Amino acid sequence: MSFRTPLGRVRGLGSAKEGTHHWWAQRVTAIALVPLTVWFVVSILMLAGADRGAILDWLGNPVTAGLLVMTILAAFHHGQLGLQVVIEDYVHNEAWKIGLIVFVKLAALLFGGIGIVSVLKLAFGG
Amino acid sequence: MASDPPARRDRPLSPHLQVYKPQWTSVLSILHRITGVALAAGTLLLVWWLAAAASSAEYFAWVQGFMASGIGLVLLIGWAFALYYHLCNGIRHLFWDAGIGLELGPARASGMVVVAAAAALTVLSAVLALAPQGGPA
Repeated sequence: MSFRTPLGRVRGLGSAKEGTHHWWAQRVTAIALVPLTVWFVVSILMLAGADRGAILDWLGNPVTAGLLVMTILAAFHHGQLGLQVVIEDYVHNEAWKIGLIVFVKLAALLFGGIGIVSVLKLAFGG
Repeated sequence: MASDPPARRDRPLSPHLQVYKPQWTSVLSILHRITGVALAAGTLLLVWWLAAAASSAEYFAWVQGFMASGIGLVLLIGWAFALYYHLCNGIRHLFWDAGIGLELGPARASGMVVVAAAAALTVLSAVLALAPQGGPA
């Protein structure tokens, strides 16, 4: 039994004990994704219809490969943070909610990982 | 001060969303969420494309062929619009986070700018990507 008021309980790091970390991570990845997305879209438009050789040339540059790895990291991190909020807002059954959030986070790791490995393989010459 | 007062039942609930007339700000707010979820799925398309390039020239050519097909083009144009809308509206959100443009008038006007920009960028991208090969690029 606690004598603390509801307001007292959510002060500081809040009732979830993680404070504003989620909110900040979403903003930081958003800020990173603004220039990264613009760069990526311009690059991809120039590669429209290209063959595999053109992709190898493009990713042969380490700066390009590094930027694409960072784009994938930021995009999947941002995406899973966003999907988590959507699930928390609309799924009210606790078991489904936690299950879906875990699924989304693991899927983001898996597909982000496949994307990064693919970029590295192409960067090292396919 | 019991932990769960019975009076809680009688507190007013916020009105259901259905009673509100749709407005620029509310419709664009839910569209940000919808495009965000769509982009999460669309990013898998990007990973598929990269994994195909990392696999073999034949499989990559097949994936490029799929992207240029009717279904592929619909997916890509939808992905482009979702990306441009979420990007532009995300910048609008970052300004709001800084406390800029939160008044009703500016919030509505910036929403219209975001929709116009996303539509224009989508059309421009489609024209550039579908332009006959052998141009200046």
